[in-house]
Amino acid sequence: MENRNWLLKVEGLTKIYGEPGKNTLHHTGPLYHTNQCPETGAIVACADINFTLYPGEVLGIVGESGSGKSTVVKLLYFDFEATSGNAWLNEYNHGKTNLLNESNQRKRYLRHHKMGMVYQNPRDGLNFEFSSGGNIAEKLLMAGNFHVGNIRKRASGLLTATEVPVARMDDTPLSFSGGMQQRVQISKAIANNPPLLFLDEVTTGLDVSVQAKVLDMIRRLQQELNIAMIVVSHDLSVIRMLTDRTIVMKDGRIVEKGLTDQILQDPQNTYTQLLVSSLL
Amino acid sequence: MVEGKKFINKFNYAFIDESTKKEIRRKLLKAICIPGYQVPYSSPEMPIARGWGTGGLHVTLAIIGKNDIFKIIDQGSDASVNACNLRDFVQSTTDCETTFETQKATIIQTRHRITEEVLHENQIMVFQVPQPEPLRGVERYERKTRQMHAEANYAKMWVSLYESYVKYGDIMRGAGYPVKVNQRYIMSPSPIPRWDIPNLNHAKCLYLFGAGREKRLYAVPPFTNVEPLEFEDVKFKIEDFNGIACDLSGEKVAFLDELYHAGGSTSHVVNDSDFLDKLIHEKRPYQWSNKYLQEKIQEKEGEFTPKKDVINGK
Repeated sequence: MENRNWLLKVEGLTKIYGEPGKNTLHHTGPLYHTNQCPETGAIVACADINFTLYPGEVLGIVGESGSGKSTVVKLLYFDFEATSGNAWLNEYNHGKTNLLNESNQRKRYLRHHKMGMVYQNPRDGLNFEFSSGGNIAEKLLMAGNFHVGNIRKRASGLLTATEVPVARMDDTPLSFSGGMQQRVQISKAIANNPPLLFLDEVTTGLDVSVQAKVLDMIRRLQQELNIAMIVVSHDLSVIRMLTDRTIVMKDGRIVEKGLTDQILQDPQNTYTQLLVSSLL
Repeated sequence: MVEGKKFINKFNYAFIDESTKKEIRRKLLKAICIPGYQVPYSSPEMPIARGWGTGGLHVTLAIIGKNDIFKIIDQGSDASVNACNLRDFVQSTTDCETTFETQKATIIQTRHRITEEVLHENQIMVFQVPQPEPLRGVERYERKTRQMHAEANYAKMWVSLYESYVKYGDIMRGAGYPVKVNQRYIMSPSPIPRWDIPNLNHAKCLYLFGAGREKRLYAVPPFTNVEPLEFEDVKFKIEDFNGIACDLSGEKVAFLDELYHAGGSTSHVVNDSDFLDKLIHEKRPYQWSNKYLQEKIQEKEGEFTPKKDVINGK
């Protein structure tokens, strides 16, 4: 009997840049140590990604640079269009509709109501021409909240929760430090209490003490709000600190998946072994 | 030179050739079918430069007939330079009757105002639009604004209104206040003052908009919903003249111009020249009626204490 308590189900998610040939998928991947098709030159950013995410669970995606881990979350957040594959969200049409085939309008609805995204670079997630309050307001407005007083109340609540001084709500994120920008981005991402949050290398650009603080905050928010998260990182310590389960990717494919502890202590795949052993 | 009937006149009736007029009329029909949607059109060459009222002129010349009575105003005035020259041009190419009287006209071309006097079913108002794209201020690429309209993605517009409120304590849009037409498209009403915005809503007349430089036509058909963008707690307001009366007519409920005199003193007169003439020489004409004007009238009569703005008045 299938477990019905899932939140997000992904099947066969594939993104190929360029013209794929009929052997493209067979001649790329970790076995061939490349994601470029030798025949057509097409780049397989990720292929045949399958996983299920459960409510309140934190899933890690780890892998080297260029392994396709960011592509997976960006496809699921509709930043790019997937070449093929299916994704279902339990809270959207009872999980019967493939999200990736929806119209742009429906995709935007999903982004604003059911998902949040925190990018590595705050410039991708925030509009630096607007104040940080305005950035948060964008999410709230698009979810149908047109009361300025309530928007400001909610925005200041979120900024307090993410430890950004509320007095700076009306300043543009341009004048903020990197850590503060990242916190504003997190506030924006969780503004509508989404059941699902994507974190793409959130702490990579931050110094160690700020990193620890931001990670602490993410863990606290996760426990308080019980948001399911997909955490993308090349940093195994971030993965160890935040996630319950982990997917290891190489050359656009999943090479290993399992409980985070298990993967870190008893890696089975040779690439995972290399990755874990190179942990300083 | 070939002799023949074809070349007796140096130009076609209403200046533009028939097939181009037909094209403009077809685009206008499309614009009327999709209220608020900007329809691209040819914007043919005219004897005046694009951006000097060619959009309005194209629309007027495409729809005008020999039985039409034409009125044209520039910022409310029948006598300003832009209006006079365009009136002469339209009159000389069509031989139609022209008038200053709002009620008599069948086509009224305008720059930046709607008449103070109410319009009826048999009248068409033609706007000269400098910038048809309401989203241009928040998004500079045409490719992107068209996609935003197509998907009704107006997040940036709303955030800019929010930002304006946060920075300045109010939505700082004087002329060209963005409106939502028929619950779908956000439209720039051309730079008419906020005073005129409510008159677009459920009007009996047809509003046509032509932007010659930007090559766009759009329309608000009669009896169409037109709502100014506003928040639940920060509302759209029309201009407030704080009870100042017109120096010439004593009128308080009309859009006023502020005139500066040598020596620094100022005076106010009603902006709509035909409305002002009638106020002075005849009885008061029928004005538009909307809830914002009603509030002004009640205020004037002292029966009404204005509501405190929820946020500003705390």
